[in-house]
Amino acid sequence: MAYNFKETMNKPERLAPGHRMCAGCGGTIAVRNVLRGLHEGDKAVIGNATGCLEVSTFTYPYTAWEDSYIHNAFENAGATMSGVEGAYNALKRKGKLDETYKFITFGGDGGTYDIGFQSLSGAMERNHDMVYVCYDNGAYMNTGIQRSSATPMYADTTTTPVGSESNGKPQNRKDLAAVIAAHDIPYVAQTTFVQNFKDLHIKSEKAIYTPGAAFLNIMAPCPRGWRYDAPDIMEICKLGVETCYWPLFEVVEGKWILNYEPKKKLPIEEFLCKQGRFKHLFKKGNEHLIEAFQKEVDRRWEELQFRCSK
Amino acid sequence: MAKRERLSGNEAVAIALRQINPDVFPAFPITPSTEIPQYFSTFVANGQVDTEFIPVESEHSSMSATIGASAAGARALTATSSCGLAYMWEELYIAASNRLPLALALVNRALSGPININCDHSDSMGARDAGWIQIYAENNQEAYDNMVQAFRIAEHKDVRLPIMICQDGFITSHAVENIELLDDDTVKNFVGEYEPENYLLNPKETMAVGPYAITDYYMEAKRNQAEGMKHAVDVVKVIAKEFATISGREYGLFEEYRMEDAETAIVIIGSAAGTAKDAVDALREKGEKVGLIKIRLYRPFPADELAQALQNVKAVAIMDRAEGYTNHGGPLGADVMSALYRAKAQAFAVNYIYGLGGRDVRVEDIEGVFETLKQIVADGDAGETYRYLGVRE
Repeated sequence: MAYNFKETMNKPERLAPGHRMCAGCGGTIAVRNVLRGLHEGDKAVIGNATGCLEVSTFTYPYTAWEDSYIHNAFENAGATMSGVEGAYNALKRKGKLDETYKFITFGGDGGTYDIGFQSLSGAMERNHDMVYVCYDNGAYMNTGIQRSSATPMYADTTTTPVGSESNGKPQNRKDLAAVIAAHDIPYVAQTTFVQNFKDLHIKSEKAIYTPGAAFLNIMAPCPRGWRYDAPDIMEICKLGVETCYWPLFEVVEGKWILNYEPKKKLPIEEFLCKQGRFKHLFKKGNEHLIEAFQKEVDRRWEELQFRCSK
Repeated sequence: MAKRERLSGNEAVAIALRQINPDVFPAFPITPSTEIPQYFSTFVANGQVDTEFIPVESEHSSMSATIGASAAGARALTATSSCGLAYMWEELYIAASNRLPLALALVNRALSGPININCDHSDSMGARDAGWIQIYAENNQEAYDNMVQAFRIAEHKDVRLPIMICQDGFITSHAVENIELLDDDTVKNFVGEYEPENYLLNPKETMAVGPYAITDYYMEAKRNQAEGMKHAVDVVKVIAKEFATISGREYGLFEEYRMEDAETAIVIIGSAAGTAKDAVDALREKGEKVGLIKIRLYRPFPADELAQALQNVKAVAIMDRAEGYTNHGGPLGADVMSALYRAKAQAFAVNYIYGLGGRDVRVEDIEGVFETLKQIVADGDAGETYRYLGVRE
């Protein structure tokens, strides 16, 4: 069925207002729009790794979730949903359940790239019929902006602070979407908040309705951790894509597909300069750091183009 | 019709699980519990059960998936030993706080290090405060019988807590013994259908599990769990009584062995109780007034009942197959001594650490313990109350 923006946006909200996430948080934007991928009438169980999203949306005795929801711990959202999906299969087999349920798990990059990586890898490899959504804001924001393996090089975080001997995080970020693609699951996609959410909406629906395991990696900026003006979030996401820092792609049954190629690839400074966490890169004498950052973006972009050309 | 068989403890538990036909069984192999999921996956492969068997990538994930499945409305369990239990530690507390009636077939094994695959109780003893019901077995028959009763206890509406069914690694898990199996229909009828009240996959009502609850509610949640534990004592007795009607085998909170007029006694858990009963028999032959109490239900701890059973004893040795590193004994020692103190009991009490990492315990060793107790009574002095049995010093 053709994508219809109005219809998609008019679907009832499945994350109710009144939760305690920050104004302008990318995490909730990701959640609300992923859940728009669900067909009306279909039921879902939502899973969640410990993080901002969990503590702010399910503070006893209140819940913002319209669907059934389970939070277990930080590092096991993949395994927990494996059990829920297993229960669904068993109850179906025993004739105890008629309804169709979909299984969607959310985790931040800490709970996904790092502490929850083993649990995620296991769930993906076993090919449970579920979608794991990483809302990637590139640091442990819930505990106060500590670096993760998703944090980009040179970002100023509270555990990679900029100082006289430090330019921020010394290492590259892990390319998790590629790592999960190497699990050879039916569907992997990377996206963010661009094109009026069309890319995100389409990929969410595909991920949810592809039988078997699916993984969505969504760049979801955090105004606190990235230190930008909250209203700038859409501009930052756009620049992430236009600089090829955060390319939009899919891996469908092992086939890599580039979803968007900028007409003119913008220099990485345009993405970096909007964010306080990269402020130090623009000090005189640090030009080589920006050069190094650009080089890594270029290398990854070429690698992705190569994968998608096959 | 009940059937006589020769089975290892692991196989007996696996057969109980086939008869129970649970909905979801996530598992990860670890010696000596590996055989339980291994036997069970054969039942799955041959279509003998309807269970969703999930071969996960770690024990942390096996317990996480069991929690997910149980919250979703399934009858779910896993099996593990030693480091596997340690790895799922945080999840044990979460299972209990979510009031999920799931089960764990635990085959007791020493915790590393040094790495050791043999039996002691350091794994489950460390989990004693996690909010789980813990039931221990002396032999293969008891391991089977306890497994059959497990879900009835855990799922009882006044309890709703996870349950750990423990047996001794290798000593019962791998040793083959004569055993009497109930027939499949008898077990099926005894266990019944699981009908949860609130669950994720309830089409009529959504549910949210695993909230953030800080100072306002956390303490009430914990108090609530304690209430479930309180009820568990009676429920364990009621289910045991019902089990006796289908099996002819009677169980209580603990077993009293030749305790009628006993002047000295030992309190023990697990397979070493069998050895210790032989020692009691041998000493009784010689006219010694000795007896034994074997703990079946360790959590919740039947303190009052136990103190009552020990009220006429002059000296008691409490046998711990786990260290507590308190400098005065192990966990069972602490629990029994506190029960005696609460009851204002007069008995001398000493605490032995024995059998760590599979160290053999022989009839002579236990006879030696009774000899020591006799001397304590004669001296009117317990002396050192923190002792080791069978260690090279």
